[in-house]
Amino acid sequence: MLGLNKKDTNLLLVVLALTMLAPFILNPFPTGSAMAQFNAGYPDLMQRFVIFGIFAIGFNILFGLTGYLSFGHAAFLGVGSYSAVWMFKLLSMNILPAIILSVIIAGLFALFIGYISLRRSGIYFSILTLAFAQMSFALAYSVLTPITNGETGLQITLSDPRILGSSAMPDGSIPVTNLFGLEMRAAWDMAVGPWTFTFSAGYYFCAVILILAFYLAIRIFRSPFGMMLRAIKSNQTRMNYTGLNPKPYTLAAFVISGMYAGLAGGLMAAMDPLAGAERMQWTASGEVVLMTILGGAGTLIGPVLGAGMIKYFENILSKINETVLHGWFAFLPDGLEDFMVSIVYPFVGKGWHLTLGILFMLVVIFLPGGLVEGGQRIGRLFRRRGAKASGAEAEAAKQQPGE
Amino acid sequence: MSTSKFTRRGVLKTGAVAGAGLALPTIFTSRANAYVNEPTGDTVTLGFNVPQSGPYADEGADELRAFELAVEHLNGEGDGGMMNTFSMKNLKGNGILGKKVAFVTGDTQTKSDAARASAKSMIEKDGAVMISGGSSSGVAVAVQGLCQEAGVIFMAGLTHSNDTTGKDKKANGFRHFFDAYMSGAALAPVLANEYGKERRAYHLTADYTWGWTQQESIQASTEALGWETVENVLTPLAATDFSSYIAPVLNSGADVLVLNHYGGNMVNSLTNAVQFGLRDKQVNGKNFEIVVPLYSELMAKGAGENIKGILGSCNWQWSLQDEGTKAFVKSFGTKYGFPPSQAAHTCYVQTLLYADAVERAGTFEPCAVVAALEGDGSSLDGIDSASNSGLVFDGLGNGKTLYRAADHQCFKDVLVTKGKENPTSEFDLLEVVEVTPVDQVWYEPDHPMFAGGDLGTCNNGV
Repeated sequence: MLGLNKKDTNLLLVVLALTMLAPFILNPFPTGSAMAQFNAGYPDLMQRFVIFGIFAIGFNILFGLTGYLSFGHAAFLGVGSYSAVWMFKLLSMNILPAIILSVIIAGLFALFIGYISLRRSGIYFSILTLAFAQMSFALAYSVLTPITNGETGLQITLSDPRILGSSAMPDGSIPVTNLFGLEMRAAWDMAVGPWTFTFSAGYYFCAVILILAFYLAIRIFRSPFGMMLRAIKSNQTRMNYTGLNPKPYTLAAFVISGMYAGLAGGLMAAMDPLAGAERMQWTASGEVVLMTILGGAGTLIGPVLGAGMIKYFENILSKINETVLHGWFAFLPDGLEDFMVSIVYPFVGKGWHLTLGILFMLVVIFLPGGLVEGGQRIGRLFRRRGAKASGAEAEAAKQQPGE
Repeated sequence: MSTSKFTRRGVLKTGAVAGAGLALPTIFTSRANAYVNEPTGDTVTLGFNVPQSGPYADEGADELRAFELAVEHLNGEGDGGMMNTFSMKNLKGNGILGKKVAFVTGDTQTKSDAARASAKSMIEKDGAVMISGGSSSGVAVAVQGLCQEAGVIFMAGLTHSNDTTGKDKKANGFRHFFDAYMSGAALAPVLANEYGKERRAYHLTADYTWGWTQQESIQASTEALGWETVENVLTPLAATDFSSYIAPVLNSGADVLVLNHYGGNMVNSLTNAVQFGLRDKQVNGKNFEIVVPLYSELMAKGAGENIKGILGSCNWQWSLQDEGTKAFVKSFGTKYGFPPSQAAHTCYVQTLLYADAVERAGTFEPCAVVAALEGDGSSLDGIDSASNSGLVFDGLGNGKTLYRAADHQCFKDVLVTKGKENPTSEFDLLEVVEVTPVDQVWYEPDHPMFAGGDLGTCNNGV
C-alpha cells in the first residue's frame, strides 16, 4: 500500500490506530477515580505527544540514519515557533500559512547552520550545532528582543495588524488560531459511563500531520537516499574512496530534519500562540536526543514512543505533590504513611527528572536498542513460547534468525 | 424480483452505521456548560501555578504555603487568619458557595513555556476554574494571556512589572501586588533624602519585562529628582554569577549601583557587589551606595550580612502592626514556624479576594466574578481622579485598598524598607523606613509607562 511493503504498511496502520484512538487509549481510568491522576488524554498533552513525536522523527532522520548527533535541534523548533507567531500577528490566524512559513524558515536556517557545521563530523559537529543553538537562544533571549520579546515570549495582541484577518473579534477578544474557521481549541466531550473522552480539533490536526510526517519518514528510510545515509553512518571513509561525495547527502538530511523541527515548532505555536526563547535552550535540544535514544535510535517508531514517554513523565509525574501522596497512603498508619511519602516524594513532583534519569540509565544499560528493543524482546518471548507448543513452527523460526 | 440484494451482513452493516450516525450527536456534547470548568460536584478546584525550580523557587515555595493556608481557612479549618479581619464579611469558612475548595499545583520552572503547559493541564485536565501564582512577570504575562483565551480567572501572584496591568493587561487577570512605577515613586524621595540629589547611578537589570519596566520607572523617578543615569546593563535571568557585570561598575564613575534583580538573581548580584568591595568605596567624594528597588524577607535572608543598610521597597512586611497582618502572621507562623514573605501574603490575599468575589457574584462564572472584582464604583479618599473607582476593601494587611476597575490593579500604601543593622532574630531583617501613602504612588491608567494595552472583554471560554 502506498509504495510500502507489508511490514511498513502494518507499522503505519499501527501508528494510525494509535493516534486516532489516542483519546481512548490515554484515558483508561474513569474521571473522578483516584487513578484519574494518570490519565493523559487531555488536549494539551496529546498535542504535545504528537508534536514532539514529529520533532523526534525528524531528529531520527539525521541521527538514526547518518549518525550525526546534533545537539542544537531545538533552535529549529524555536525558529519555527517564532515564524508561526509572526504570521499570526501579521497575516491571519489561519494556521496553514503559519506552518508553511515555519517549515520554510527552519529549512533555510538549517541550510545555513548545516552548511557550516557539516564541515566537521563526530564530536566537533555536535559541539558546533550546540554552539549555534546556544547562540540562537541568546539572540532570541535578549539581543533580538524587538522580534522575539525576550524572556516574556512572543504573544499575539489586540493591536496586531493581521492584514488578512481581523485584529480583534467583534466581542473585543483576541482571535484564536483556526484552520479555515475550525478553531484549534474546539473540543467535544464524549461521556461513556464514568469515562469522559475529549476530542480536540487541534489534536486531530496534529495527528494527521504526524501520520504524513511518519509516512514520509518511512519512504526516506526505505529509499536509495536513505540507504546512502546509512552508508555514511557505517563508513564514511569508504564512501569517499568509492568516489561518492557524502556532503550533499548529509546536508540534505540535516535540512530535512531541520524542517521537521520547524514543522513541530509551527504546530506548537498553532496550538498555543506563544513562542518562548526557552524552546531553543540546550536542555530542549538534549531532550530530543533523550527521546530518540530512549525510544530506539534508527528505528521508525522508537522516537515517537520516546517522545511520548518523556512528555508523559514531565506532565503527569511532575504534578503529583505531597497532598496527593498523602491521599494514596492514607490507608497506612500515620508513621508508616509519612515514611512512605518521604520515600516516594523525591521521585515525583519536581523530582520527576530523577525518575526519568534512572529510567534512562536502565534503558541504555539493559536495552541498548531503546523501548523498541524491549518490545521486540517481549514479542520474541511470546513467539518462542508459542513455538514450543508446535515443533514445526519452531523449525520455521530457526530458519529465520534475522528478525 | 429486485436489483437490491439484502444480505444479512449488509443489513447489519448499514444498520450499525446508521445507528452510529444517529447516536453521534447525542454522545458528543460540545461542552454544554455555561462556562469553562463549571464546578458541578461538591468541590471546586483552584490551580496554583508556582515556580518550584529556577531563580524564584524560594518565593514559589512560600507562595504554595500561603495557598495551602488560604484553602484551609476557606474550608473552615485552622483559625481563619485574615478572613476575620477582612472588611468584606462574605466568607463563612464553608468553602466557596458551599463547595469545598480543592487545589492542584504545578511547576512554572520560571519559564513562560513550562508555565503555560502547566496551567493548560490544570484547566483541561483538572478542571481548575481559577489560576493563581507565578513569581516572575514574564510568566505572569504569559499565563494571564492563556487564562484570557481559555476563559478562566487569573489572580496574579508576585509580579511587579508595569506591563502586567499595563500594556499586557487582560480582562480576566487581576493583580494585588504593587508595580515598578509605585516602587520608583515611593523610593525616589527617600533616596534623594538619604544620598543627596547629585548622584550618578549605574543600573544592572534582569533582562525581561519586569527588569525593563522597573529600570525605566526608577530611572524616571530618580532623574526627576536630579540624579544622573550612567549606564544600564541587561543581565540574563538565568545568570548565577554577576562578577563580570560588577567589575565595569568600578570604572564607570558611578556612585550608586541599582540592582534591578529579584530572587536568586539579587542574592547573587548583591553578594558579588559586596565581595568586590563596592560598599567600602568612595567615588566622587561620596560613599558608594547600593540600592535594590524591590526585595523581600526571603532575599534578605539569602543575602545575609550584605543586605544591611540597603534601601528598597516592599508590598507588605510581616512586622506591620495592623490587625490583618497580625492575624495572618499568627496563623502562618503556627502552621509553618516562621513568618510569611510578601509573596506569600499577596497570594493568600488574592485567593481570599477571589473567593469573596465569587460569593458576591453568587456564581463561579468568570464574567460575573470579573464584575464583582471590579466593584461597585467606590473610591479611595483624597485622590481626585475619574479612574479612582472600583472595589475598596480593608483588613488584608495593606490598609484601605482599591482594586481599580480600569486596569485591574490594586492601589495601596507602599513600604520603603531598609536592611536592619542589628537584627534581633533570624526573621527580623527589614525595618520600614517610610510608609508612602497611596496618593503619592497613584498614576492614571493611560500613563505612558502603562499605555498601549487594552483590557478587552471578559471571556467565559464558551
